[in-house]
Amino acid sequence: MADLSCKIAGIDSLNPFWLASAPPTDKKYNVVRAFEAGWGGVVWKTLGIDPPVVNVSSRYGAHHDQNRRLLGINNIELISDRPLSVNLQEIRECRAEYPDHVIIGSMMAPIEERAWKDLAQQIAESGVHGIELNLGCPHGMCERGMGSAIGQVPEMVEQVTRWVKDAVDIPVFTKLTPNITNILWSAEAAYKGGADAVSLINTVNSIISVDIDQMVPEPMVDGKGTHGGYCGSAVKPIALNMVAEIARTPETKNLHISGIGGITTWKDAVEFMALGSNAVQVCTAAMIYGFRVVDDLIDGMSQWMDDKGYTSVEQFTRAAVPQVANWNELNMNFDTKAVINPDNCIECGRCHIACEDTSHQAITMTNKPEGGRLFEVVDEECVGCNLCYHICPVPDCITMEPVKTDKPPMTWPEHPLNPMRLAAE
Amino acid sequence: MTTLQAKQVSKSGAHHGGIGHNDADDGFSDLHPPYSTLQAMAESNRCLYCYDAPCVTACPTSIDIPTFIRKISTGNPDGAAKTILSANIMGGTCARACPTEVLCEEACVRNVAEDTAVEIGSLQRFAVDHLMARDLPHPFKRAPETGKSIAVIGAGPAGLSCAHRAAMLGHNVTVFEAKAKPGGLNEYGLAAYKMTNDFAQREVEFLLGIGGIRIEYNKALGRDISIEALKDSYDAVFVGVGLGSTNNLGLKGEEFPGIDDAISFIEKLRQTEPKTDMPVGDKVIVIGGGNTAIDAAVQAKRLGAEEVTLVYRRGAEHMSATEFEQDLAKTNGVVVRYWAKPVAIKANGKLIGMEFEKTELDASGKLVGTGETFEVRADQILKAIGQKIKTDDLAGMEIAGGKIVVDENYQTTAPGVFAGGDCIKSGEDLTVQSVEDGKQAAIAIDAFLKSA
Repeated sequence: MADLSCKIAGIDSLNPFWLASAPPTDKKYNVVRAFEAGWGGVVWKTLGIDPPVVNVSSRYGAHHDQNRRLLGINNIELISDRPLSVNLQEIRECRAEYPDHVIIGSMMAPIEERAWKDLAQQIAESGVHGIELNLGCPHGMCERGMGSAIGQVPEMVEQVTRWVKDAVDIPVFTKLTPNITNILWSAEAAYKGGADAVSLINTVNSIISVDIDQMVPEPMVDGKGTHGGYCGSAVKPIALNMVAEIARTPETKNLHISGIGGITTWKDAVEFMALGSNAVQVCTAAMIYGFRVVDDLIDGMSQWMDDKGYTSVEQFTRAAVPQVANWNELNMNFDTKAVINPDNCIECGRCHIACEDTSHQAITMTNKPEGGRLFEVVDEECVGCNLCYHICPVPDCITMEPVKTDKPPMTWPEHPLNPMRLAAE
Repeated sequence: MTTLQAKQVSKSGAHHGGIGHNDADDGFSDLHPPYSTLQAMAESNRCLYCYDAPCVTACPTSIDIPTFIRKISTGNPDGAAKTILSANIMGGTCARACPTEVLCEEACVRNVAEDTAVEIGSLQRFAVDHLMARDLPHPFKRAPETGKSIAVIGAGPAGLSCAHRAAMLGHNVTVFEAKAKPGGLNEYGLAAYKMTNDFAQREVEFLLGIGGIRIEYNKALGRDISIEALKDSYDAVFVGVGLGSTNNLGLKGEEFPGIDDAISFIEKLRQTEPKTDMPVGDKVIVIGGGNTAIDAAVQAKRLGAEEVTLVYRRGAEHMSATEFEQDLAKTNGVVVRYWAKPVAIKANGKLIGMEFEKTELDASGKLVGTGETFEVRADQILKAIGQKIKTDDLAGMEIAGGKIVVDENYQTTAPGVFAGGDCIKSGEDLTVQSVEDGKQAAIAIDAFLKSA
């Protein structure tokens, strides 16, 4: 079994799997169960300045697929609603009882220097390995000038990060909100403020569904609803892009990254790490199935590493980053075409109708003399869009095969049809 | 000698196909064909990943079923196989042969709302086959050598499971097997269409990959070895001898050629290649109501017998064969007659049939003959009326109810001698129960050796 230990922001972890700051890390009872289940670390639920917040009842909404499988959850819960002293005492106990496991203290405060510094120092004294700055919650706390209200202003991100870095001598993770136009602005601000790492993404601002009998957004609180933070496997693609952007941009690439956003399986975790995450955080998958999901994260990643010959996670961390390019750097002479294996085809007809109605009319459907239908790709029409390959319900029935070419690679800036190139000549 | 002939079965299907039967084969291809990747993905996604799942409770070896199915669904079939094999080293055989319809699949919560369980057996086979098809090192590591040695009698599921777990715990194991091949009933007793392609032998080879296990073949208890002698030369002994003897009908002429035990018939069939070389009667009677009776009847039919009549002394609901197995017999064209018991063997130089008396339950619930009789013609009769333990060589250990008595640690009344499998009373006489017995006995032996 491969060695899954890793290091992020100078902190050694048994494995790259931490629970994100959220209801699953709200108290010692949960955290102990998480450590026993195999999680390498937790980011404790966000701590604020007393008096604690008060939460509403009815806190989560859900986005299901037609099989009632959860694709995403949104929540309108606030930060920890327990007194700070209780949380800090429980953190101390967990640190003493589980010395090999990582605990990061998450925090938020109004935009006042003293508030951030005092709270950060109190949390640091409880023995946490690091502090995470919650600059992301897109609901509730932002109406009080905290969470995403800070995270959406790069100057404030830099300021808050610097305050905390000045106040404590343990690693600082700045947690970024995805509810912005360009993640690099806040990532760079965190870097300038001295952050050791960034954690991303926090939840995506959302209304998840509407009760169309009562005409109220969900989750409903006595006849009204509000926007909340969206998480779960549905947000993974948004997170992957933001992680990759930070990892490949010269101004931010030195930041360590704690990847978050819909990580459900070991493969999701590998993808986050390949694109730049030094470790990952999980929440929704645990909320759906319990802490035992870490079994498959650990076993699946380790099995994959053995198969690939990796002996440490560092060997594949950021391995895909060099291959993330701008569109303008892609080879316009690359050509790929769909190939349908009739032996695997179950004749559902979906590749044909998708291509016929919405793409390039490149898949024909003919009746076979012996009965049944035959689906064939018209190479001259196929632009290699991958649509049929993705919608085919049978694995390996449709494959995309690159076309052999003698043409040298050519980017759009070099392309003869590019009017900008012609204008430059 | 019997006059039975091998049937020339035409490929157009002169014999009758049953469930999962392909006319192009000899009738002995997989009863449940293996899953494709597509099937495995679709079925694994039906699993709800229950917590403290009823399917796990229903499995005698307590395989963590939701975890292994989740691993299949995340694209980690080898990890799934390790989860299975860590609880049941014969997960490959159990995936094929377990009556899942009365074990894990009966307990599946999907039955409640949809009446269709997740096909756990097929998923288990997909995972284990995936791992075994790869040329990987054995997935489990041995603990440091303890220097202790254990003798295991019988290379069946109980003995091999015990040997594997004991080897894993660091002990050295010698297995003594009476026959020329290992596997016990996996090799000799399960229906051919449940154990295709020499799987029993491949599984034993895989299991021995742990190291620390040596098998001595053609060493029968009582003939070549004795428990007393093994006790002297080994630190502990495990008895996994199964049930070596069969019950008799108690009728005159029972030794007549053409009359055989169903288990001997299945054993011969399992060792015959091609299967079409196996002689079978034109008209076959099978007596009994268990899964062995069904196995014998269905296989006789698939070998080309014209008429196969299964006779059971009680009703369908009393049969120990599962509903699935009973249906399998019917879809294979076996005629099933309930409420009748054999009273006489009919022969005139050669076997011509059997006389039965109809039965019923009297007012007190006792099975009695009605006096009304009928005759079924047959040139072959297979008895599947139960097996019993051979007590001759068990060195005086206590036997009760036809089984070796063991305590909660699988120890017999002879100190240092443990037992498991069909020869003890632990649960149903199933492969999966034997594997569990062997595993638990090895853990108990380990504790015994540490305390010694």
